Amino acid sequence: MQSEKRSREFYILAFFFTLFVLFLYGPLSTIFILSFQGPSGGLTFPMNGTSIHWFSNLFEQQAVGDFGGSFRRSMVLGLMTTTITVVVSLLAGLAFRRKFRGSTFLFYLAISSLVVPSILISLGIGLFFQVLGIRPAWWSSGLGAHLTWTLPFGVLIMFAVFNRFSPAYEEAARDLGATSWQTFRHVVLPMIAPSLIGVGLFGFTLSYDEFARTLMTAGTFNTLPLEIYGMTTNVTTPVLYALGTVTTVFSFLIIFIALTAIIVVGRRRARIG
Amino acid sequence: MAAIVVDDTSISSESERANPKTAGKIRRDGGSSFSSYLQATPLAVILGLFLLLPILTIGMVSFWDYDSVRIYPDFVTFNYTETLGSWVTWKTYLNTLKFTVIVWALTMVIGFWVAHFLAFHIRSATMQMILFLVCTVPFLTSNIIRMISWVPFLGRNGLINSSLIQLGIVPKPLEFLLFSEFAVVLAMVHLYTLFMVTPIFNTLMRIDRSLIEAARDAGASGFQVLTNVIIPLAKPGIAIGSIFVVTLVMGDFITVRFMSGGQSASVGLMMSNQISLLQYPAAAANAVILLIVVLLIVAAILRVVDIRKEL
Repeated sequence: MQSEKRSREFYILAFFFTLFVLFLYGPLSTIFILSFQGPSGGLTFPMNGTSIHWFSNLFEQQAVGDFGGSFRRSMVLGLMTTTITVVVSLLAGLAFRRKFRGSTFLFYLAISSLVVPSILISLGIGLFFQVLGIRPAWWSSGLGAHLTWTLPFGVLIMFAVFNRFSPAYEEAARDLGATSWQTFRHVVLPMIAPSLIGVGLFGFTLSYDEFARTLMTAGTFNTLPLEIYGMTTNVTTPVLYALGTVTTVFSFLIIFIALTAIIVVGRRRARIG
Repeated sequence: MAAIVVDDTSISSESERANPKTAGKIRRDGGSSFSSYLQATPLAVILGLFLLLPILTIGMVSFWDYDSVRIYPDFVTFNYTETLGSWVTWKTYLNTLKFTVIVWALTMVIGFWVAHFLAFHIRSATMQMILFLVCTVPFLTSNIIRMISWVPFLGRNGLINSSLIQLGIVPKPLEFLLFSEFAVVLAMVHLYTLFMVTPIFNTLMRIDRSLIEAARDAGASGFQVLTNVIIPLAKPGIAIGSIFVVTLVMGDFITVRFMSGGQSASVGLMMSNQISLLQYPAAAANAVILLIVVLLIVAAILRVVDIRKEL
């Protein structure tokens, strides 16, 4: 396909890129392999037989703490975060299409939400609840902490989307007599749907894996990352790797589903024209 | 994937002002700015409640008194004088800055070349997207899992040590690989490089290719094209990536705790230790200082590169 000869620089950089990818995936694939250790296997190579012993061990409650409960909480929290992130980012994106008083301040507030270190947010929300005399819980203070991390990303994505969005479509809809709700529902929304799925996917994965912002805001019950963190300090069997494998596979599954949804939405839109 | 768009949006408030189309629209349906307020309210409320007020609370509590049981509303300054007067604090800050500089330099070099390869050497857009996603996917897994995954590599009986011994290169296991500052830096580079790759890739993609051709036609060597055309135009992306990496490393405490095995300190770790000892006012004073330092660094980066102007 390419007629131009590849330069030497290309091969050097391709080699560098390959090393980088190996660096990214090497460790992850190691724990994936080691999670299939035999029942007497340890935390390092060599493999002591192969089994799914550590996966079944994972689901025995007494062995590794409340894995099921923390997983469920992380799921629910992730879904709540996703829903709120999508709706609020979309609304904010629409709001910022027009200039309004305080928009610059709100914009910088959203940016600073990304820049302020996570542990500061965690401490701040924890103290804020303490001062108010409200007990922190994963579904209240935890949810708020996660939103300070997911919303800025969502808002920035919506900015990018609406910056590239031509108002001509809306003008055409209006000229045809559509009300502003109809214009939004039948013109704008279908066009930005894939980006909204992207925002949701981003929100979910960020929330599902969030540790630092959950630390002081989760209250009595652990989320999954907190549970994993607790395990790293007192579990010295490959069950840790099994948990790593399960959560990683789950993350990939979510990404895969979201990407499929984006492609399906895109295809359907292409078919309708 | 979604992170790709991060930086080209950070200027949107500016470009909206500059965009005559939007400006005309404001005038036309000027009355509906009410709906703008309504649409912006949820974001403002959430950020106000969970960002602004908590930070103000930190500021307030940093002047409170405390004992081993609880904290008391008061106005004392010893949380600050104690923090700033202790050489441990200064050493910890220096250590944190050391990590920041090393990780920043490494992620910048690696991130730049990875982005450069993707943007200029991969010719088909589909392949670009696929390779970019390949880089992104590991970043969507839990940080802690990714830290744990270094253990079988770096541990005393890990892959690296056992191969080195088998090859006869070292007589006994190297101890510095795990639970050391080396491990901390390695894990941070592993965790944070994507935050550099994404914005740089984004700015590189928007460089007008004819500029590079023009430079070549004018007789510039590959190196001259890089230093006189590509790097200057990539500056905004490098700046945004730097802001991400610097703030992440400055506030990091899990990586430092886990990978150093308690052998090294960082400001974040110091805070998290104070939190676990329920010394909230001390932690709050630390947090205020950390926030000021981080904001100063961010301001310094923005001084060198005016992101809004350059994009």
